[in-house]
Amino acid sequence: MGLLSSKNKLVLFSPVSKNNPVVVQMLGICSALAVTAKLEPAIVMAISVTAVVAFANVIISLLRNTIPNRIRIIVQLVVVAALVTIVSEVLKAFAYEVNQQLSVFVGLIITNCILMGRLEAFALGNGPWESFLDGVGNGLGYGLILIAVGFFRELLGSGTLLGYSVIPQAVYEAGYVNNGLMILPPMALIVVAVIIWVHRSRNKDLQEQ
Amino acid sequence: MEQYISTFVRSIFVDNMIFAYYLGMCSYLAVSKNVKTALGLGIAVTFVLTCTLPINYLLENYVLKEGALSWLGAEYANVNLSFLSLIIFIAIIASFVQLVEMVVEKSAPALYASLGIFLPLIAVNCAILGGSLFMQQKAFPNVGMATIYGFGSGIGWLLAIIGMAAIRERLAYSEVPKPLRGLGIAFIITALMGMAFMSFSGIKL
Repeated sequence: MGLLSSKNKLVLFSPVSKNNPVVVQMLGICSALAVTAKLEPAIVMAISVTAVVAFANVIISLLRNTIPNRIRIIVQLVVVAALVTIVSEVLKAFAYEVNQQLSVFVGLIITNCILMGRLEAFALGNGPWESFLDGVGNGLGYGLILIAVGFFRELLGSGTLLGYSVIPQAVYEAGYVNNGLMILPPMALIVVAVIIWVHRSRNKDLQEQ
Repeated sequence: MEQYISTFVRSIFVDNMIFAYYLGMCSYLAVSKNVKTALGLGIAVTFVLTCTLPINYLLENYVLKEGALSWLGAEYANVNLSFLSLIIFIAIIASFVQLVEMVVEKSAPALYASLGIFLPLIAVNCAILGGSLFMQQKAFPNVGMATIYGFGSGIGWLLAIIGMAAIRERLAYSEVPKPLRGLGIAFIITALMGMAFMSFSGIKL
C-alpha cells in the first residue's frame, strides 16, 4: 500500500468539500465565527487547529487500544489540552500580537468540536497514518471556510487584506464606504450561511428536508 | 451590590455567550429543535457554569497565577504555573460534567435519553471553558463576582437556546429555500437575534 492510496486520498480530500467539518458536519463553528473579522488571525487559527487535530489524531490513534472506554473523553481532553498549551506558548513567543487578537480563542481550541468529533469518529478506529491524513484534511476544510469568511469580512468591512489597503483611494472618493456591519459579530453568521447556501445548491444531496 | 447586579445583567445581555462570542454554538445548533430538550440542556449548562467558575477562580488565584502560591511560604512567591491553566480548567470541567451526567441519568431518565450524546459533550461546550477563560482575563475582584458571572452567562445561554428552539418549532410551517433548510436558516436566525441583542450593548448600570 502506497503512502497515498486512493482510500487515503479520499480520507485527505473529502473533508475539504463534500464532508466539510464546518458547513456539512456542523463542527467547530464557535471559533470559525469569532476569529474571522480579519484575515490574519483567521489564517493563524486555521494553521493552529490543523496542527492540533493532526497530532491529537495520531496520539489517540496510537493509544486507542490501551484507553478504557469509560474514561476516553477525559484522556482525549488531556491530550488535546497538552497540545493546545504547546500551541499557545509558541504563539505567545513568536506571534504575540496575533495571540492577543485571538485572546481566549486559542485556549478554546480544546473545546473545538472538530477535535472531539474526529477523535471519536476516526482516530479511535483507524491507524496513525490514516488518522494523521484525516486530521490534516479536516484542518484544511476548516481552514478553507475560515479564510473565505475572513477574506470577505476584512475586504468588505475594512477595505484591507492582511492589513494592506486594497481598495483604491479613487473608489472611496467616488462615494464608496466600508460596510462597518461586516466587522460586527452577526455578519459572520450571515457570511457562513451564504457559503452554506452556495455549497448546498451545488451539492444537492446535502440538502435537508 | 450594584457591581454584582451590573455584572449579572451584562453577562446575560451585553456579553451574551452566543450572540457576542459565539461560544457553545455546536450544541446550540444541534439541540435547539424543540423547547423542552433545549430547556434541559440550558439548565445543565447553567448549573455546570455556576459551579465550575468559582472552583476555577479559586484555583487561578491561589495556585496558578504568578505569585499565587505565596501563601505556602516566601520561597514559592515567584512560581508561575499559569501555563497549566488550560489543563487544570478542563479537568475540573470534565469531572463536573461526569457528575451532572450521573445525576441526570438517575433522576430524569427521559431527559437523559433525549439529550443523548450532548450531555457528556457539555464538557467540550465552548461556553463553559470560555467562561473560565474570560474569568481569567477579566480578573474579577472576588469569588462572588466570578460566580455571578458564571450564573449570568449560563442564563444568557439558556435564553438564547430557548428562543432559538421556539423559533425553529415555528419554522416547520414556513417555506424556506431548499439549500438553506436546516443549518443555513439557523445561522441567519441566530444572526438576526444577535443583531437584536446588540442593542443592549450601550446600556450602563
